[in-house]
Amino acid sequence: MKMKTLNSYLSETVINMKPSGIRKFFDLAANMEGVISLGVGEPDFVTPWNVREACILSLEQGFTSYTANAGLYELREKISEYLFKRFDLQYDPAEEIIVTVGASQAIDIAFRSIINSGDEVLIIEPCFVSYAPLVTLAGGKPVSVSTFGEEEFKVNPEILEKYITSKTKAIMICTPNNPTGTVLSKKELEAVAQIAKRYDLLVVADEIYAELCYEDEYVSMPSIEGMKERTILISGFSKGFAMTGWRLGYIAADRVFARAMLKVHQYSIMCAPTMAQYAALEALENDEDVLYMRKSYQRRRNYIVQSLNEAGLFCHMPGGAFYAFPSIKSTGLSSEEFAERLLLEEKVAVVPGNVFGQSGEGYIRCSYASSMEQLQEAMKRIKRFVQSL
Amino acid sequence: MKLTEKETEILEILEEDSRLTPETIAKMIGLSEEETKKLISGLEEKKIIVNYATTIDWKKVDGHEGVTAMIDVKVAPKRGVGFDEIAERIYRFNEVKSVYLMSGAYDLSVVIEGKTMNDIARFVSEKLSTLESVLSTTTHFILKKYKHDGIIFDHEDKDKRIVVSP
Repeated sequence: MKMKTLNSYLSETVINMKPSGIRKFFDLAANMEGVISLGVGEPDFVTPWNVREACILSLEQGFTSYTANAGLYELREKISEYLFKRFDLQYDPAEEIIVTVGASQAIDIAFRSIINSGDEVLIIEPCFVSYAPLVTLAGGKPVSVSTFGEEEFKVNPEILEKYITSKTKAIMICTPNNPTGTVLSKKELEAVAQIAKRYDLLVVADEIYAELCYEDEYVSMPSIEGMKERTILISGFSKGFAMTGWRLGYIAADRVFARAMLKVHQYSIMCAPTMAQYAALEALENDEDVLYMRKSYQRRRNYIVQSLNEAGLFCHMPGGAFYAFPSIKSTGLSSEEFAERLLLEEKVAVVPGNVFGQSGEGYIRCSYASSMEQLQEAMKRIKRFVQSL
Repeated sequence: MKLTEKETEILEILEEDSRLTPETIAKMIGLSEEETKKLISGLEEKKIIVNYATTIDWKKVDGHEGVTAMIDVKVAPKRGVGFDEIAERIYRFNEVKSVYLMSGAYDLSVVIEGKTMNDIARFVSEKLSTLESVLSTTTHFILKKYKHDGIIFDHEDKDKRIVVSP
């Protein structure tokens, strides 16, 4: 029998999935010379040498086989100690922590373990591009809940509540947020927690940027009273520890959830890469560089936010991550027009805010994980571009 | 000397890049340009900021290759002035780039730069060894500088990240 068109063999879910809007800007920028990129969603620091060296040592010693499905026990123990020391959280390393392939895989197995067909997940936007597609892949329905620049992109509990239906299963939040840099305070987290309790919902909390919080002590969602059993905590080493390419994250959750997620994890991944796990062990044991990097980002944040405001792009002071999310509404351009023209006319790459959700329209994401030299030049170019409009 | 948090921040920033203008530093630490200028002048007056220098890899410049040596010097300290007097006698020579008082097998570590090995040999035999309190010297020539004052020479620091990522 003759084969049908190849497209017709594809899964409908995948066909209907939109490619990430970031792709277009990557293609544009990658082919240009002399571009200053503020479009990078990762640290500009190379992984500290002690961490790289620990990985090399593990290879020399021949640690090249699988680890336990949930990850090296020593590493889970260290993660448990770290979560207690830094965020006052208590998780049993034997049963409540899973080492994953980046926070991305952690989010994937979280959704696949809690979603039944048709379940709705409230996704606070603007947000990281993977949440909604991963909910869809798990058979659920992502429901966008907007936040607004006028409210510094904080979660508005009244708006959140309006989207709850009988099918709502969970709330997906990320703090500090990518792309807005917004950090939720204890009070603001409590408001979300109230709603979760009132409507009996779970919270999937992406706290991958928790180490990069500049103003107040970071408050973690599961540390809010009564939230540990309702929260699936996602974190990892990529951002705070400058280890993006190692692909190493983790999940901490009540053992009922952890056991379920471990089933998905063991069948799809087996375990996270062993050498990366040894590196992560060292990253947690000797973490002086984390403080140095945080300070360095904080100064660059202060610089870029003031410079953007001076250039005529209103920008709130983000409490964490390494992104500034200025409004470009005063220019009359759409986010995509602004980003495209800025790239073509001044060779500065930023990411249009609408790729992070509809409520990101009118904003652009500027990563300040770049050298001061590059940031100064980029600010000069952005100012010139805004004046030329 | 106890410094304020902002003063310490200024020092950390300038130590990494002394070219940053007061205007930029002011934005980085959240002060006005005027306040920042005042703090910087204060740090200069207190001699906490001693100098603004540039790290140069002279080896790459024809005719400026030069020779650097580290000399271990044993000295007889003097009553009342200890090692300070002899250290001063040594560091006043222009070719002497640094002088440290050391614990361990010898007393002073002297770094000296010259155009040729002969220059250094002459300095050691004519100037250094002849000082009254110098008991002995051991000269080590530096063959190659890999890292100096925290800066790695010949280090490729190209950004290896992809240009746009989520």
